[in-house]
Order: sequence, then structure tokens, then C-alpha cells
Amino acid sequence: MLTCKDVSHLVSTSQERPLGFRERLGLRVHLWMCANCRRFQRQIDLLRLALRKLATEADADPHAPALSAEARQRIREALAERRANTP
Amino acid sequence: MKSDADAPERWVDEHGSALYRYALLRLRDPHKAEEMVQETFLAALQARERFSGESSLRTWLTGILRHKILDLFRREARTLALDDVPEAQQGDVGLIAESFTAAGRWSATLGDWGDPQQALEQGQFWAVLQTCLDRLPERLARLFVLREIMETESEEICQDLAITPTNLWTMLYRARMGLRQCLDRNWVGKARG
Repeated sequence: MLTCKDVSHLVSTSQERPLGFRERLGLRVHLWMCANCRRFQRQIDLLRLALRKLATEADADPHAPALSAEARQRIREALAERRANTP
Repeated sequence: MKSDADAPERWVDEHGSALYRYALLRLRDPHKAEEMVQETFLAALQARERFSGESSLRTWLTGILRHKILDLFRREARTLALDDVPEAQQGDVGLIAESFTAAGRWSATLGDWGDPQQALEQGQFWAVLQTCLDRLPERLARLFVLREIMETESEEICQDLAITPTNLWTMLYRARMGLRQCLDRNWVGKARG
């Protein structure tokens, strides 16, 4: 019989590799009986979805950090220098 | 007509901040992020004839930046991977041990996160997620960023960073457990007042 701890590990692992037959069966039986683990599975699925969307969200965020004026100046100078030194 | 590609200095104002945010989210280090952005612009200057205009300039620059970041991860993997081993070998400590009873059951009821779709529409969710990501230990965070944000396949990460799949899965498990708990405490808790 799988414990909640085993199941939490399996739920995470199922995002990395296909589970074997026994693993899937054990997982299904446990989830059927355990509300906490069902919740865990939904949350872990949501996490994956959220992280894949995070990049787009971060771009759209008006309060997101921007490249500082000093850094921009430094990069522009580096670009100008590189251009001057390449034929 | 002059295309964008003809004015490299203008790239910095037009795309600098977007590239910086891209780099910062993945590197979690403002200095490294700036450095990678600079390297990206320099590489783009060098390779400018190869920009076909088929994709947007932003997409092209972002592609270069992504490669630069992956290269940096590979280079840093040698030093980071060393302290990797002891942690993966030690038993369940801290968070994992606390989360379960001796019999392997959850030691506390998990929070109700409500409707996932609704969660993603809340601005606050993203802010807390970002904070929780920042709190992850450096190496866990790096693997997690590679896997979930840069969407690199498990096999590729193992190869690039010279770690075993079992080790990687354990680390990803820890990262997910940590993030989940952090969200449970700081987002769900707050939402309920």
C-alpha cells in the first residue's frame, strides 16, 4: 500500500517519466481514497502550468524590473566599440 | 527603408529591458542578467547578417539570449554539481520530513486552492509565485528553472549538468514540495485573510 509520501513522489515523477503499470495502479487506488493527495496532484499540475506561463506574465508586468540607464549606457558603449573595431 | 537590424545601438532601448527581464527570471542575479544581455547584443551585432527577418528581431535576440544562458548553466554546472551530491544522498530533511507523519501520511491538511483557472488570473498569485521561486535554494531553483521555465527535457538536463535522472527527479520533487508549501502559506493564506 502506498503512503501519501510515496504518492507525492510519484505525482512529481509522473511529470518526468511515464509511470509503470504498478505505479499507475497504486497511484490511482490511493488518489481514489485520499482527498489530500488529490489536492496535491491538482496543485502540482497547476504549478507546472503556472511556471510555463510565468515568463509571459513577467514580460507584461509594468512593475517588472527594467535594464538600468547605466547598464544601457554601458552596453551601447560596448556595441559602439565593437563596431568601431570590426571592419 | 532602414530596418531595425541596421541600428544596433537602438536595440538596447527597444529590447534591452525585455531581454533583461527574460534573463533575470532565469538567472535570478541582476549582474549576471546584465552581463548576458550585453553578450547577447554583441553576438547579435556579429551575426547581424544572419538575421533573416523571418522572425521578429525580439524573437531572434531572445533566442540568442536563451543559448547564452544555457551555456552559462553548463559552465557553472561543474562547480554547482559538486555540492549536489551530498544533498541528494542525505535522507529526508526539513520540509519533506515535516510534511509527513512517521507513517507517511500528510501531517497537515493541504490548503484549498480553488479553481486553478481563476488562480492564474489573479495578479497576486504571480507575485507570490515569484517570491516563492526566489526563496528556493540556488541549485534547486536552477534545475527547476531549466525544467519548468526553459522547458528543457529531463534527459537533456541530466546530460548537460552531469547528474543522474534519479538525482534530478529527487531535486525537482523537493523544489515542487517547497514551492507548493510556500504558495499554500503565502498565497492561499493571504487570500482568505
